[in-house]
Amino acid sequence: MLAFVLTLVLLLLIVIVLAYAERKVAAFMQDRLGPTEAGPYGSLQSVLDVLKLLQKEDIVPAAADKSLFKLAPILIFAAVFAGFAVIPFTPDLVPAGIGIGVFYLLAIISLDVVGLLMAGWGSNNKYAMLGAMRSVAQIVSYEIPAGLAILSVVMVCQSLDFQEISYQQGVLMQIFPGLEYEANWLFGIEALGLETTNIGGITTWNIFRAPILLVAFVIYFIASLAESNRAPFDIPEAESELVAGFHVEYSGFRFAILFLAEYSMMVLVSLVAVILFLGSWNTPLPNIGPLQLANWTTGTIGELSSILWGGFWLLSKTFVLLFLQLQIRWTYPRLRVDQLMHLCWKVLTPIALGIVLLAGIWRLLMI
Amino acid sequence: MNEVKHTYGFWDVVKSLVSGLRLTWRHFKNAKNRRTPEYVTDENYFNQPDGLVTLTYPYEAIPVPDNGRYRLHNEIDDCIVCDLCAKVCPVNCITIESVKATEEIGVTSDGTKKRLYAPVFDIDMAKCCYCGLCTTVCPTDCLTMTPVYDFAEVDIKNMIYHFTDLTPEQAEEKKQLLAKQQEEMAAAKAAALAARKLI
Ligand code: SF4
Ligand code: SF4
Repeated sequence: MLAFVLTLVLLLLIVIVLAYAERKVAAFMQDRLGPTEAGPYGSLQSVLDVLKLLQKEDIVPAAADKSLFKLAPILIFAAVFAGFAVIPFTPDLVPAGIGIGVFYLLAIISLDVVGLLMAGWGSNNKYAMLGAMRSVAQIVSYEIPAGLAILSVVMVCQSLDFQEISYQQGVLMQIFPGLEYEANWLFGIEALGLETTNIGGITTWNIFRAPILLVAFVIYFIASLAESNRAPFDIPEAESELVAGFHVEYSGFRFAILFLAEYSMMVLVSLVAVILFLGSWNTPLPNIGPLQLANWTTGTIGELSSILWGGFWLLSKTFVLLFLQLQIRWTYPRLRVDQLMHLCWKVLTPIALGIVLLAGIWRLLMI
Repeated sequence: MNEVKHTYGFWDVVKSLVSGLRLTWRHFKNAKNRRTPEYVTDENYFNQPDGLVTLTYPYEAIPVPDNGRYRLHNEIDDCIVCDLCAKVCPVNCITIESVKATEEIGVTSDGTKKRLYAPVFDIDMAKCCYCGLCTTVCPTDCLTMTPVYDFAEVDIKNMIYHFTDLTPEQAEEKKQLLAKQQEEMAAAKAAALAARKLI
């Protein structure tokens, strides 16, 4: 229960920061000022936005399918939020440390699609329906390359547990029960004879342990943009043609929930990318000879220091990815539907399949 | 003109994607620079190499040029109520009513004698197209354009600006004075006529 409340509060904080950052980053990239009025440099803007949304009337269209319409936001948010349950925030803090976390996450995130379709159908509005159909087609398609990219990580790490995958990517590896006798080698190739178990830092991140995962990371990142309906894959929302996509009929609190779910999805996919590819809560600084940078910036397990360092690294890496998502949104034009499907089925999926094969071979080199 | 060459190779695409990101990043990085509110004659007015271009408007504003055509102002003390401005106005937004004065009222700052009162001198700024014709015809240069451009109103009635310096009572008084004078003059005329008949 405590974990639930903590995660929710943390998530709300991150989303509020993110919504503010989105506006400011967008403004700066377009040579504007962005919000300046509410609070210093407009920093209270997103808080006020939320308050405004909460005060608004909750309109349910007369022709809407009332029960579906009302249930959809809750389902969408619940699906995304449930995904946070298996995210390890620090070396010893996971809301629910289940062994098949990766599998659970993929499964529960897919529920999101049902919610989107319910929202689009229930609104009884052509734009909402079009938006929902596009959204569902896109998310279902992009789950395949994303899933394959994740699968290659799972093959390299031989685990479905996010926490175990996290431990493997740092100096603390041998502390994790079951990994006592494992060792990390440079690029994962034992034949090179360079052991990095105690060097840690960036050398033990998954993209370094098995450089093939760098490609998987790029694929996952692109697919995750599509899964969270971010530009350049934002045709489900496409402000300029569909008004707002599946949530066009929503207002007030329900809209706030949809908005929250959307930003939570961004945070979640970035967190997963960080955990699977970019070393999770591990520090990027390696131990170099007497300079024990990795040990200094990791802290001691079970003490406050490890919680603070872990949380710090995890969140800062996540924010870097989130910033990249924002920057991409304000850089690239939206893809057409056929281009979107072309990219997914003819480019990303075949490459991802190849990566899975190569990751399996790489794993053979690692043992 | 050079023909635009389209390239579709993998590295070409990656290169163009990266250059796109570099572009937005450059703007993001330069966001610490701001445009400064400069006057139009300033050398830097059109020279804004980087940084944010918007201003926090009510707090900052670009100074308007001296010869800009914005809200009208009538210096009623100098107005001789010649009605030229009302006649030239292409949209008829100036309403003037005049009352002849019984005696000379005074002189304007350029020495013209004032002989008319203006109980009504209204300019409807909502209709005005800011062409500035009225200011060019004004013989005493009392009708001018000011640099004020931010004068939106909630009620459109407030867009009608009243420039008269007479209160309605004063206007009434002046009208009566004029009527009395005219009566007196008429009476005098009648008396003179009667006197002529008698002879
Ligand atoms: S500026 Fe033009 S439109 Fe406005 S009052 Fe003068 S003559 Fe009329
Ligand atoms: S033209 Fe000038 S002097 Fe004549 S009525 Fe208009 S404002 Fe007065």
